[in-house]
Amino acid sequence: MHKHDLGQAARKFAKVCEILEKYDYKSDKLVPILQAVQEEYRYLPEDVLAFIATTLDISPARIYGVATFYSHFALEPKGKYVVRVCDGTACHVKGSNPLLSEIRNRLNLPKGKTTTPDLLFTLETVSCLGACGIAPVVVVNEEVHPLMTPGKTTAMIDDIMEKERVGDEQFA
Amino acid sequence: MNSLLDLNAIKTDYQNRAKNVTRRIIICAGTGCMASGALKISNEFKRISTLMGVQVETELKKEETSYNLLTGSGCQGFCQMGPLVTIEPEGIFYVKVKPEDVSEIITETVLSGKPVERLLYKGNISGKSCKTQHDINFYKKQTRKILADCGNINPEDIEEYISRGGYEAAKKAVTEMNSIDICQEILNSGLRGRGGGGFPTGRKWLLAQKEINDKKYVICNADEGDPGAFMDRSVMEGNPHSVIEGMIIAALGIGADEGYVYVRLEYPLAVKRIKKAVEEATKLGILGDNIFGTDKSFMIHVMEGAGAFVCGEETALMASIEGKRGMPNPKPPFPAQSGLFGKPTIINNVETLASVPGIIKNGALEYRSIGTKESPGTKTFALTGHVVNTGLIEVPFGTTLREIIFDIGGGVTDDEGNLDPDGFKAVQIGGPSGGCLTAQHLDLPLSFDSLTSIGAMIGSGGLVVMNKNTCMVQVAKFFMQFTQNESCGKCVPCREGTKQMLALLEDITEGKADEHTLEILYNLGLAIKKASLCGLGKTAPNPVLSLLGYFREEIETHVMQQRCPAKKCKSLLTPVVIEEKCKGCGLCIKKCPVGAISGEKKQPHYINEALCIKCGACIEACRLDAISEGV
Repeated sequence: MHKHDLGQAARKFAKVCEILEKYDYKSDKLVPILQAVQEEYRYLPEDVLAFIATTLDISPARIYGVATFYSHFALEPKGKYVVRVCDGTACHVKGSNPLLSEIRNRLNLPKGKTTTPDLLFTLETVSCLGACGIAPVVVVNEEVHPLMTPGKTTAMIDDIMEKERVGDEQFA
Repeated sequence: MNSLLDLNAIKTDYQNRAKNVTRRIIICAGTGCMASGALKISNEFKRISTLMGVQVETELKKEETSYNLLTGSGCQGFCQMGPLVTIEPEGIFYVKVKPEDVSEIITETVLSGKPVERLLYKGNISGKSCKTQHDINFYKKQTRKILADCGNINPEDIEEYISRGGYEAAKKAVTEMNSIDICQEILNSGLRGRGGGGFPTGRKWLLAQKEINDKKYVICNADEGDPGAFMDRSVMEGNPHSVIEGMIIAALGIGADEGYVYVRLEYPLAVKRIKKAVEEATKLGILGDNIFGTDKSFMIHVMEGAGAFVCGEETALMASIEGKRGMPNPKPPFPAQSGLFGKPTIINNVETLASVPGIIKNGALEYRSIGTKESPGTKTFALTGHVVNTGLIEVPFGTTLREIIFDIGGGVTDDEGNLDPDGFKAVQIGGPSGGCLTAQHLDLPLSFDSLTSIGAMIGSGGLVVMNKNTCMVQVAKFFMQFTQNESCGKCVPCREGTKQMLALLEDITEGKADEHTLEILYNLGLAIKKASLCGLGKTAPNPVLSLLGYFREEIETHVMQQRCPAKKCKSLLTPVVIEEKCKGCGLCIKKCPVGAISGEKKQPHYINEALCIKCGACIEACRLDAISEGV
């Protein structure tokens, strides 16, 4: 390995080391450790998981088991905007399905895919956000959008796309 | 030894400082109102008051001059009407406040104490303006005990909690009571676990109290995963210190010195508030070493879940804290004997713990004065679905569904949200572990036992009202889909059984069911109930079994006549052209994948029922709404 690559790898793992340090290298803190890693990288990269397994002296299989058990953890990169459509009972009876298909259409998501190829959007459902009084609800990252309709979801996605486009142009 | 923490000094100091407040502006900062723009309202109050030269502070000041106070509160329950703004001391209550209303509120109400008529809530039947919360049926008919301070106090201010008598119960427990007294008092109160099962809390505590071990744990189960339930979220957002106080008392009762709050990560605001509350309590010496200045210690960790419904089951939750896959373990041993890290552990739900301080402070007898003999106290419910007033409510056990849905909820609505006096069809209680109740159950007094006797359960307390346009088979399918997704896969009956039940339900909604389907569904349901390892599997068939019991006719119509009375099962509907509307444009002919539509140009078209595969493409294609969903 070149010196340069080594430096990059070290940088990549420096953050993980910090996280592990914070949790005292305790394997029973695995869930919060993975949460912190995902917060940092937006997903759980395989080499990082292997690194954690070696450091904590537990088997990679156990980490993989935990990482695949909880729906919050992603083994593939998520988009910059995670759009979560609530499909709890209240949202469901008030029409969360049409919202889902509307967003899916607007994002041109192929069947079986949840993230757009440009890594801008990830579309997920969530079982209940506990905001049933204002159902149906769509959450973009942390921002809650109440009383949604298919029309409002399209406008919401268009707004984000527009914002990103303008941002890109300014950057260029 | 340190001297005892003087709660009274904090209380008096707070109350003295509060005397200088002329008016207090309380903005609901629960998840619902925040989503509707509460933060913008709050910022607007700050901005405009500065412009107008009106003194508005965001925390109590030490100086002896009068000023106005602006604070946030936890969820006030009336989420649909948010953002909510209350002006004290008059208690003037504004709904659906917009940023442009703020300057009028400041001139009229904050400065002169007069209500702004157009922002008051109007009764949906009488149309009368309601000046305060007490004038609104939604609040008037409730008995708010656990939620009493949610929505009044600032959840991020421990001193305000103390100023209202907070932490006095914990102090009494630590200084005046021994562990058996504490458990006995809870047992005498008849408090039952609010997480779903209804197990007597005192009995659980006594079991753990008896264990001799140098390490014990108290866990607050805040992994409220039932779709359609948000009571625990609201308590944590609105009054997090009441939960912490309950945990301290529980720890003293069983002799634990460490505790965990396991919160869903889908509740970021609740996580934030409970963490802040733990921090503030630790700073004051209420948590940590030598609590209240005694020789007892108790510390609390806050842990976020990672999106697994099954972690609401206590043994699965403990596995998750231990850094493992959150899968349940067989009982016995019970957590009270061997729980977290193999140590005696009690796990209580948020609402249960929030009920504890009141019992210790006012005594078991007072607690029993409300509710029924077997189910004392109050219960919070999340009232949602097709009902006029959706939101968080609290009523004594023994209240009937009719009172909840029609008096507090204001009646049933149609799909457009308009009041429909004859719209009631069913109410789903207890989420994926519960069942549907029908009009014949409207007058049944709600309690743990009354619901179990009719095949439903209180569960965590989600109440989803459904109107006549709801297809009950679809509702059962929805819940089965949910449990099937969330089944952890450890035991076969739940993993495979729920999958088969779901497939059978899909057969029904897609018109592939035959006369045996219902019988197989029923027997399979009973088998899963009996053979599953944990509560998730044991209760998973409930929504389907209650469907088979109470909506037999509707489900048989699906199977025998291949018809969905609510017109929700697409595969059972043959689209029909409405001749008067059809202009014969031919768009649907092009879109139909099987060539089932025919007709001359500019003449009404016709759908051949024999060829139609009921995909609905024509309905979507038609720009004139000339194709109905059919019958």
